[in-house]
Amino acid sequence: MIGLSHYLVLGALLFALGMAGIFLNRKNAIVLLMSIELILLAVNFNFIGFSTFMGDLAGQVFVFFILTVAAAESAIGLAIMVALFRNRNSIDVADLDTMKG
Amino acid sequence: MTTADAFETPDLMLALPEIWLLAMACLVLVVDLFSKDRDHTPAFWLTQFALVSTAVITINLQWGVDATTFSGTYVADDFGTILKVAALGLGFLGFAYSRDYMRDRGLLTGEFYMLSLFAMLGMLVTISAHNLLTLYLGVELMSLCFYALVAMDRDSPRASEAAMKYFVLGALASGMLLYGMSMLYGTTGSLDLATIREAAATLEDNRILFLFGLVFMVVGVAFKFGAVPFHMWVPDVYHGAPTPVTLMIATASKVAAVGLFLRLIGEGLEPLIADWQQMIVILAVLSLLVGNTVALVQTNIKRMLAYSTFNHMGFILMGLLAGAPGGYGAAVFYAVTYAMTVAAAFGVVLLLSQKNFEADQLTDFKGLNERSPLYAFIMLLLMISLTGIPGTVGFYAKWLVLKATVEAGFVWLAVLAVAGAVVGAFYYLRIVRLMYFDKPEGAGPQPSGSGGFRAVLTLNGLAVLALGIFPGALVAICMAAFAP
Repeated sequence: MIGLSHYLVLGALLFALGMAGIFLNRKNAIVLLMSIELILLAVNFNFIGFSTFMGDLAGQVFVFFILTVAAAESAIGLAIMVALFRNRNSIDVADLDTMKG
Repeated sequence: MTTADAFETPDLMLALPEIWLLAMACLVLVVDLFSKDRDHTPAFWLTQFALVSTAVITINLQWGVDATTFSGTYVADDFGTILKVAALGLGFLGFAYSRDYMRDRGLLTGEFYMLSLFAMLGMLVTISAHNLLTLYLGVELMSLCFYALVAMDRDSPRASEAAMKYFVLGALASGMLLYGMSMLYGTTGSLDLATIREAAATLEDNRILFLFGLVFMVVGVAFKFGAVPFHMWVPDVYHGAPTPVTLMIATASKVAAVGLFLRLIGEGLEPLIADWQQMIVILAVLSLLVGNTVALVQTNIKRMLAYSTFNHMGFILMGLLAGAPGGYGAAVFYAVTYAMTVAAAFGVVLLLSQKNFEADQLTDFKGLNERSPLYAFIMLLLMISLTGIPGTVGFYAKWLVLKATVEAGFVWLAVLAVAGAVVGAFYYLRIVRLMYFDKPEGAGPQPSGSGGFRAVLTLNGLAVLALGIFPGALVAICMAAFAP
């Protein structure tokens, strides 16, 4: 029998994976977008798990909103990435270091 | 959600400020589309009208009211009114200061007005949210517009780098906030902040899970505040973004962040004050320490103001952690007056900037007194207000926060903050020295800008002095908003 805790552990694992992706990634900025998406999906898992096991619909409604906002967020992120690539011909995370101090 | 069982017709009048601002933002979009004016004059005036009229509507409909609508997802109350009017006023200042700068750089487009108006709408929704869902949507609407605004100067490598950093860290903060919200939802079974508050007061076996969620939410809010150690994005975004966008992020969005804190943690999680107070103390101490020491070595005024922001965020957090009505009132007063002062400081930077020239180095202020005694004097007022010298509004703000902190029993924190303010005096007064006692290298930048810009900037600067001499009314309003 799969219980609530299984969903929460899966959510926590995905969340940790997304975090690790953001902080360990030194190469490609697209991976950052993927990691952000993973974090939001981990949150969705939590909400759906809680919502199902409590018999309360509000959590699932929240998930719809998160999905919509995540789509808008990705669109803006990709647009910024295009601007970045046009300006410096690279989307390496390691190159994002012109401003210091 | 018990309120969802029977659908009630929402009281649209209560939420009129947001509805009006949304309608006006759409109107600006359409009018700008059909306008042939190269300077986007209709969009500019419509935007300013939208902000002023929304502020008037907010004061008329929401001051002195304490009511919810839309099934309890929207709340109108006193401190919300103060923060909203402040955010709208700061937006007004930002647009008034930015027109010449944006025109000179080919950035004056309809999108600038539209995105900024939607960011303002996001702030208003955040400040009035009474449900985790509305809170999240408000924060995201504001943040998404700011990501796009930072990247508006598409040909600047610095702006797109700043936008990328802002975007990634901002999205990470939203993820943290959401993860915390999901834990809150799981332990209380509701998204409604009033229900969560009741549940938080009677926690039993779920306490650990609840506190787990609380930690994530504090981290998310601290990111939005730009409090140390979640501050990495602030200097680069301030530095890289076009100065008018920096102005908006440095002023209006800080006011919205205070609203976010007060709604989510101050109101919704008030029963757990003993738990979150310790976390906020750590954030405040680190902000006070890092802000002042790193600001000392900056040569770029935008970066210097970014690092000095941490110091002021530390003060605002001190007021917030004091918790009592006095602490919240002091924090709101501090946030509003600080934002007003910084808006004028960026206004002076914009005034000195010219086509193909950014007056963002400290050396650009050398000998400003000879070129423009008036604006040198205004910059002097702003700098001594940020230092916290009596006679300007910054002193009263600091004093109120320190008083609340001492009353809450954190005497050592107050002592640390005063020591930090003394260190801060060094880099603020350095600008005064540059303006009055140093000779410029070459001719130095001359003040430019239209008459309207200069008039608003002068009034803004003098308001810092006027509020410093007569702070009573604004203090009374801020304190009354939190009176039990």
